[in-house]
Amino acid sequence: MTASVANAAAAAVVPCWSCKGPVATRALFCSVCGAVQGPGAIDHFSRLGMQPTFDIDQDLLEKQYFGFQRRLHPDRFAAKSPKERALSQSQATSLNEAYETLKEPLKRAAYLLDLKGRKVDLTACGTINDPMLLMEQMEKREAIADADSVEVITKLSADADSEVIACQCHISAAFNAGDLDEAGHLTIRLKYLAKLAEEARTKKTRMTRALR
Amino acid sequence: MIDDGLVLLQLHEPGETPVPHESESGLAVGIDLGTTNSVVAFSFDSEVEVLRGEDGKALIPSVVHYKDDGSVEVGALARQAILESPDHVVSSIKRLMGRGLEDVKSLAGTLPYEVVVPPEGGMVRLRVAGRTLTPVAISAHILMAIKERAEQAMLGKSVTRAVITVPAYFDDAARTATKDAARLADIEVLRLVNEPTAAALAYGLDNSVEGLYAVYDLGGGTFDISILKMEKGVFQVKATGGDAVLGGDDIDHAVAEHFLSERAAGAAITAGEVKQALMTARVAKECLTGRAEGEWMIELDGIASRHKLTKAQLEKLAEPFVERTIEICRGVVEDAGIEVGDIQGVVLVGGSTRMPLVRRRVSEFFGRQPLSDINPDEVVAVGAALQAEALTRGSDTLLLDVTPLSLGIETMGGIVEKVIPRNTPIPVAMAQEFTTYQDGQSAMSIHVVQGEREMVDQCRSLARFVLRGIPPMAAGAARIRVTFQVDADGLLTVSAQEMTTGVEQHVAVKPSYGLSDDEMATMLRDSLVHAKDDMAQRLLTEAVVEARRSVLAVKSALGVDHDLLSVDERQAIDAAVEAVEQACAGIDRDAVTVAVEHLEEATKSFAEKRMDRGIRQALAGVSVERLDDALGGAE
Repeated sequence: MTASVANAAAAAVVPCWSCKGPVATRALFCSVCGAVQGPGAIDHFSRLGMQPTFDIDQDLLEKQYFGFQRRLHPDRFAAKSPKERALSQSQATSLNEAYETLKEPLKRAAYLLDLKGRKVDLTACGTINDPMLLMEQMEKREAIADADSVEVITKLSADADSEVIACQCHISAAFNAGDLDEAGHLTIRLKYLAKLAEEARTKKTRMTRALR
Repeated sequence: MIDDGLVLLQLHEPGETPVPHESESGLAVGIDLGTTNSVVAFSFDSEVEVLRGEDGKALIPSVVHYKDDGSVEVGALARQAILESPDHVVSSIKRLMGRGLEDVKSLAGTLPYEVVVPPEGGMVRLRVAGRTLTPVAISAHILMAIKERAEQAMLGKSVTRAVITVPAYFDDAARTATKDAARLADIEVLRLVNEPTAAALAYGLDNSVEGLYAVYDLGGGTFDISILKMEKGVFQVKATGGDAVLGGDDIDHAVAEHFLSERAAGAAITAGEVKQALMTARVAKECLTGRAEGEWMIELDGIASRHKLTKAQLEKLAEPFVERTIEICRGVVEDAGIEVGDIQGVVLVGGSTRMPLVRRRVSEFFGRQPLSDINPDEVVAVGAALQAEALTRGSDTLLLDVTPLSLGIETMGGIVEKVIPRNTPIPVAMAQEFTTYQDGQSAMSIHVVQGEREMVDQCRSLARFVLRGIPPMAAGAARIRVTFQVDADGLLTVSAQEMTTGVEQHVAVKPSYGLSDDEMATMLRDSLVHAKDDMAQRLLTEAVVEARRSVLAVKSALGVDHDLLSVDERQAIDAAVEAVEQACAGIDRDAVTVAVEHLEEATKSFAEKRMDRGIRQALAGVSVERLDDALGGAE
């Protein structure tokens, strides 16, 4: 028996904080005393029992999320000891973070790239490095700003929405082809397209409301 | 052995582990802590009973009378005292929960008592009958009266825990203040629930109903409209709106003015006449809910006047106020980005929704009959009671709330950087990194705000604190990670940490308009009703809950791994368990703590042996399945 196997075995079990006996590192509850365990450091996909892919079944994601929350939410531990309440709070917080990340295609794509070792910074509101993308964005933003009728803005808004969907399809294809460079590039593009679609939608709502 | 373990696993399925016995932890009720009136209810097996006073009434006026002899009176008697000694009586205190100076300015003139703001800032205080009181302390007096009412109605059983409802728009400061008030009244808050959510729960809308619902809440002095989105057990407040000074009282005033103009056209009106007219107006309004017309008499100072009023006349007087609520509804529906037709149901809350005119206008606007089977005065408390039962006795429904407002931090130029956007499911923890803007900067001021606007001065200030001890670095080199944590009740904790040096600095903050821990401790000490005994009792209960958990854990472990122990070792553990159980039956908290420590000591080598076995089994691949069982997952 090698040391690494022994280490792996030792890493797979940790002492339960409550009964002090062995419990699987990833276990939600101790199989012996039933105490809730801490959330541990696992990726968002594993936390929700999902395969780590870009193409996810939204219904399944939701089902998994609610299933886990049903067992781990602090409301389930209202009558328990302070320690158990605190642990359930961390569990529920981790579940919310995982769910919020995976349910949005943009965040999901960036997270998946991150897992695969490609960091995409979505919060950086800096400049666009890609001149083509920059030109396209400027033109479209101008078109939205110039839109002077509900018809025009409705059309622009619909166009922007379908571009978002098209970009998501391309991201999916890039991931499936294992082309992470392309996936990263498209994820940045998706970020700007989503922003544009949001702007168009806001303006459309404002103009429609002004008509009434 | 493993089979035994599985049996035990079933016995102690998570969520079904034995809850502390009710007689120890007290009953759990639902409390609607209202601006004008409060209601308390209790649910058993989903049968809700609204707890009534000796007068048979469910409503407890949220009015507190501070008497000269130092005693405190809450409810109907306190409300009667308003007329004789207005400076000794506090009403509508809910409007001031978690409020600071700025908020009070906007309420100027609407408050019948003297408000003082402490020079060091923070929550306002009231000067009442020579005392200086915080809104938290006054609310605590109301809660104590509610608790007393509940205990009487429950035949003397102790009521120690509650679900308390708050308006959906209540910010962090107001929620914290509400929780602090409960603590002062010796009530453990199981959960703060939004009022519209509680009303929806009362109608069972959580049972697999999906879609958008409106909750129209017209009380005596406030109007609230909320749009709720229900989706697979998640209650999300899409939009809220309202008017803090619009309610049934306005209609009473309009009717009273009408009566007075008939009684003494042009002549001077005495204060006594106004009071009499208002009372008559209220009676008339209530009578005309069922009748088409009636006649009332105002008799004062030897003059009796008769006043006829038809339903049509009443509705004409009430119409401007009702129309105003409908206008607010229209605005909120637009804010939510939806059409009226998208709304699948309307729930009525508040006594003023009994008026046929209100019901008619609401159903016209929303295009459907509103839900009104449950008494609108009691519906929020009913929902709270159901949730209290769900939390203490277990249930399948899950209430996932979201943050009602965005939470952020002030950055350069007074611009708000949002850290947690609104409508994020809670509990949540989110962090963002900031940096220094001066070389060698050793401290950073952190200003926490709540609201949707981009500029700090348009948002509500929640807290300010300073992170010190940043090691000297070039501007922009430090990485300050600010973490926001919101718990399931919507309460916020903020901490900050410098990352590059590994130096940790945690600062947890309480809202600017809340009470500091010191203040809270002083109030707990000063509070007459909350004597030392209560505190000791609570600490004992907590210690016993924890001790019982330890004993259960050890017993479960013995069930699985008892073969690891020699006869002597087993006897030592059994004796230690026995000692803990005995201590739990007593009233000495220290004895409980010591016994638990002994138990831990006695089981130390047992725990080590169990870990060794676990690792050996993992190596042999034997226990993998058993351990994986515990991984659990979604059903």
